[in-house]
Amino acid sequence: MNSKHLFIVGAVVVVAATLYFGTRNISDLPSFGINSGQHMPAPQVTLTDLSGQKLDLASYKGEVVLVDFWATWCDPCRAEIPHFVQLQDKYRNQGFRVVGISMDDGPRPVLEFYGQYRMNYPVAMGNAKVAERFGGVLGLPVSFLIGRDGRIYARHVGETETSVFESEIKELLARPAAAPGL
Amino acid sequence: MENSSFSSKILGLAFLLALAFAAPLCAADAPQLIQPAELNKILQGPAKQRPLIIQVGFRSLYEQAHVPGSEYVGAASSAEGSKELRRRVEGLPRNRFIVLYCGCCPWSHCPNVQPAYKELQSMGFRNVRVLYIESNFGADWVDKGYPVSKGQ
Repeated sequence: MNSKHLFIVGAVVVVAATLYFGTRNISDLPSFGINSGQHMPAPQVTLTDLSGQKLDLASYKGEVVLVDFWATWCDPCRAEIPHFVQLQDKYRNQGFRVVGISMDDGPRPVLEFYGQYRMNYPVAMGNAKVAERFGGVLGLPVSFLIGRDGRIYARHVGETETSVFESEIKELLARPAAAPGL
Repeated sequence: MENSSFSSKILGLAFLLALAFAAPLCAADAPQLIQPAELNKILQGPAKQRPLIIQVGFRSLYEQAHVPGSEYVGAASSAEGSKELRRRVEGLPRNRFIVLYCGCCPWSHCPNVQPAYKELQSMGFRNVRVLYIESNFGADWVDKGYPVSKGQ
C-alpha cells in the first residue's frame, strides 16, 4: 500500500469517525465523578415507591446509593437500567442500593416497565420538587452516587458507561462512613 | 490500473458510509430546526411574530424550567401526549409558526419531538420547527442564560 492509499484510508476513517461520534447520544453536561472534590450532602427526601411503601433516602445512610432519574420512554435510560439491575445484585451484600425515580407523568407505564425489566430495586414517582432538591434534573437520565456518609460524590448526565458506575461504586464501598460525630 | 481500482473502492466505501450516517438527517421529512439563539431573539421581538411553543417532553422538566410562553401537552411518544398535541393545534391555521421541544436529550435521539413533528406535518402544518437541543434543555437553554419560566 503506497502513501496515496494510506492517505485515502486515513481520510475515510476520519470522516466515518466524525459522522459516527457526531450523531451519538453523548452528553457534554457538567457531570462529575467521585474524585472531582465535590461532595455536597444528599437531600433528605421521602418518597413513596410503586408498592406504596415509604422510601426515605436518609435511611440509606451507611450504604452506597445510586439514585437514578429516568423515564420509561427515554432510550438511554432503558439502556442503563438492566445494568443497574445487575449492579444491584452484584453489590447488594456489600451495602449498595439503587433507587429509581421515574419522571414519567404517571405510574401506569412505570409499573408495566418495572415488571418487564425485572427491576430489583425500589422505584418512586418523581416530580419537579424532588428534582430541584437534587439541584435540578433538566435532562434524562441523571444519576447520583451517594457515599456511605450521605454525601453526593458523583453526578452523571446522559447515558454513562457501566464500567464508570461500577468503578465508582467499588471505590465508594471501600470507603468507610464518616466517623461518629462528624 | 490496480491503484485506481483500489482508490475507487475506498471512495465508494466512504460515500456509502456518509450516506448511512447522514441519510436520516437529510431525509425529506427530517425536522426543520431552530437554534436556541434564534428562538431567543424571536422571543425578545414583537409578540405577533412569536411562535406557539409546545413542550412535548415531561411535566417535571416543564415545571422546573420551560421556555417562557410555552405550553405543555405531554410526552408525544405516548398516546395521551399525541392526542393532547392534536387537540391543541386542531383549530389553528396551517401556516401557524410552531416550535416544538422536549429537552430530555439530544433532539436527534428524542423519542418525543420527532413523533410530534410528524404528527403536525400529517395535520398539514408547514411552518413547524424543532428546537435544536444538542445535549438537553439544561445545558442548551438554561445554562446558556436564556429566559426560563417555572411552574405549571
